[in-house]
Amino acid sequence: MKFKAKFIEERIFKILMITSTSIILLSLGAILGSILYKGLPSLSWEMISQTPKGGFYLGKSGGILNAILGSFYIAFGATAIALLVSLPVALYINIYRKKFSKYSNLVRLCLDVLWGVPSIVYGALGFSVMLYIGLKTSLLAGIIIVGILIIPVMIRAMDEVIKTIPKGLVEASLALGSTKTETAFKIVVKQALPGIITAILLSFGRAIGDAASVMYTTGFTDNIPKSLLSQAATLPLAIMNLVSSPIVEVQNKAYASALILTFIILFLSIISRLLSIKYTKNKSH
Amino acid sequence: MSFLKYRLRMDKNVHLIMKILTVFSIVTILAILLGLLYKAYPILKTHSLTNLLLSKDWFPQKELFGLFPFISSTFQVTGLAMFIAVPFCLLASIYLSEYASKSITRLVLPLIDILAGIPSVIFGIWGIILIVPFIRDYVAPFFGKVSSGYSILTGGIVLAVMLIPVMVNILLEVFNTVSRGYKEASLALGATKWQCIKHVLLIKSAPGIISAIALSLSRAFGETLAVLMVVGNVTKSPKSILDPAQPLPALIANNYGEMMSVDLYDSALLLASLVLFIIVLFFNIIARVILRRLEKNNH
Amino acid sequence: MSLSINNQSNIVVENLNVFYNQRHALKNINITIPSNKLTAIIGPSGCGKTTFLKCFNRLIENNDNINVTGNFLVNGQNIYQPNIEITEIRKKMGLLSQRPYPLPMSIYDNITYGPKIHGEKNKEKLDHIVEFYLKEANLWEEVKDRLHSPANNLSIGQQQRLCLARGLAVEPEFILGDEPTSALDPISSKHIEQKFLELKNKYTIVLVTHSLRQAKKIADYVIFMYLGEIIEHGSVEEVLLNPKNQLTKDYVNGEIN
Repeated sequence: MKFKAKFIEERIFKILMITSTSIILLSLGAILGSILYKGLPSLSWEMISQTPKGGFYLGKSGGILNAILGSFYIAFGATAIALLVSLPVALYINIYRKKFSKYSNLVRLCLDVLWGVPSIVYGALGFSVMLYIGLKTSLLAGIIIVGILIIPVMIRAMDEVIKTIPKGLVEASLALGSTKTETAFKIVVKQALPGIITAILLSFGRAIGDAASVMYTTGFTDNIPKSLLSQAATLPLAIMNLVSSPIVEVQNKAYASALILTFIILFLSIISRLLSIKYTKNKSH
Repeated sequence: MSFLKYRLRMDKNVHLIMKILTVFSIVTILAILLGLLYKAYPILKTHSLTNLLLSKDWFPQKELFGLFPFISSTFQVTGLAMFIAVPFCLLASIYLSEYASKSITRLVLPLIDILAGIPSVIFGIWGIILIVPFIRDYVAPFFGKVSSGYSILTGGIVLAVMLIPVMVNILLEVFNTVSRGYKEASLALGATKWQCIKHVLLIKSAPGIISAIALSLSRAFGETLAVLMVVGNVTKSPKSILDPAQPLPALIANNYGEMMSVDLYDSALLLASLVLFIIVLFFNIIARVILRRLEKNNH
Repeated sequence: MSLSINNQSNIVVENLNVFYNQRHALKNINITIPSNKLTAIIGPSGCGKTTFLKCFNRLIENNDNINVTGNFLVNGQNIYQPNIEITEIRKKMGLLSQRPYPLPMSIYDNITYGPKIHGEKNKEKLDHIVEFYLKEANLWEEVKDRLHSPANNLSIGQQQRLCLARGLAVEPEFILGDEPTSALDPISSKHIEQKFLELKNKYTIVLVTHSLRQAKKIADYVIFMYLGEIIEHGSVEEVLLNPKNQLTKDYVNGEIN
């Protein structure tokens, strides 16, 4: 009898497991589905080609071009800053330092912890620092804060790729008499390039989707930013503002904007997936 | 010879720059901590810390800055989210790592990665579209209550879904590390797969599971936007999970703009950030240290 | 094209000790590597022969927790002195590793990578280098029509010959081989062995091998190592055919592996 019980128990748990997995997938479906269902009817060319008309909170017409551009400016700027820091650091802990030395592992630990710091903390503290040094709420401030925010993400993503480069390849380059710098930039970067691009795309996605950090550092405006020192709108904040409006048409614009943001994120994630598929194919050769 | 000198100088300089950047990128943690301490200092000087953390009175105009309602909301929303997410994630991860065929995992894992990449504002919008009406029209009436739908429960559900990819990814890694060695040994003794999982895998991965939970907790505490959009934002200690609330991140996000008008207000909000930062750091470091140890022991 | 043949190319190792994670990996190594000869280092796996080879070009330092003591004299100069320029040492030592690691670039660029980083810019000269060394490694005929395709597309045997050509192109004085034929098919192995026989007139070659047959066939001088120590060294006749030490006898007779 006991023999049977253990199979029944396994059966029950297996059903529970499959159910849980399905529910998780269903929730992804529900998210994409409801955004699509609510957003698609309001999605129009106007949405992505015009700035808001009649105020972002009340205006029923116009689009969110200001927020799309603002978000892209911020994401591009922040990604560029982060890249300048991240690539050298990822190379440093893998090539200049020994890959699994205490030092490198400590750096990794710190970066992982930094990754966990809530973005609202970056936003709040960043705003205080800005006041202190006299930098106004602006595109520039947003770019810097978001850049700092995504640095740990980018370093760790690059680190994971560079870590997998065979020791023999690095040694082959060193054995030819190249310095570590030449090895790092001419060989390692080349070998890890698809992975590095994936890391950049991942961080770009983070940058474009984060709102809490730009809330007070970048501000909000209906206009397209003209310089680094002007305020700028961002997609997540635009979505939040629009959805809190009492007017249904404006709320619908929020759903359409959410759909646009979702498209951007999905697009980025598909590209990086394609890249990583290509990468693993090349590696198996 | 001079070309060699140039190359070596180049190498040295790049080395130095990299070193500086590396130090810079990890010193950020310290900088954040010091910055928050510095900004929170004025309010810590005039108010006692216990009073700030345990008082229920939040009236910035009267210089009363009791953070208790927000801290308690934070723990309630987070606790609820974990309560929902942990069983699902545990079951799904066991399935994906031990039972599912390769073709299933190859399909499911990218989808979970997509979930991980969705920005929190989208989760918030989803909460407003789907979960808020569901709570308002079905759940609350079922319990004989009236709710706007913007509540702790709503925040908890939305947050739970956000935590899924974080937790599943760590759990899968943990199970992979642990299950490498045990499988054949245990199966050879005539145990069923489920018995192996129950008696060996789960026991051996216990530290890993704890750290997965701790890491998700630290993510959950800091999550701002999605929760803020569906939790109602009311400065009151909630009595039930169908009441609205305002967790710490939402407090900071909602009020930061106006803080300039009141003395000590910004100091209070940065104290709130500091509290948040310390909670998050605490869970995060514990989790990372456990994970590192687990990885080392199983190599 | 003249090769830098240097009859004084010599290596003298005195009291070399290597500690690896507190483990005493190489114990009191004293040896003089004969010039313009092929020296084979043999011994069971784990005996320290690869560790020893990695001391020659200081790649050993790429491992965690390494400590090296003693003198390692290359042309009279201790390469473990603090003020020594490591890239110069490595330039003198061509390395052929167990598995070929082509650089992530074209065949042509693989060969020119070394000369270029060392300052050669002249396009004609580079073309000439590519042809010369690919011929030197018996690869020219097979790849001359696809010099600009990725090196990764070559077969393993071709890749190893490419790595040889790449190593020779920086004009080393020594060639280090770390079981360079262990991943290759018999025909490619033969190519490489043949090449080593030709090259040993121009270079001092040190070859780690697990194949006694290979050592007998191409070596002039043999070093037998066991548990981090040099047990016996001498000519092929001395060590492989008439070993004095019991351990060497056992190894040569296939009783320890």
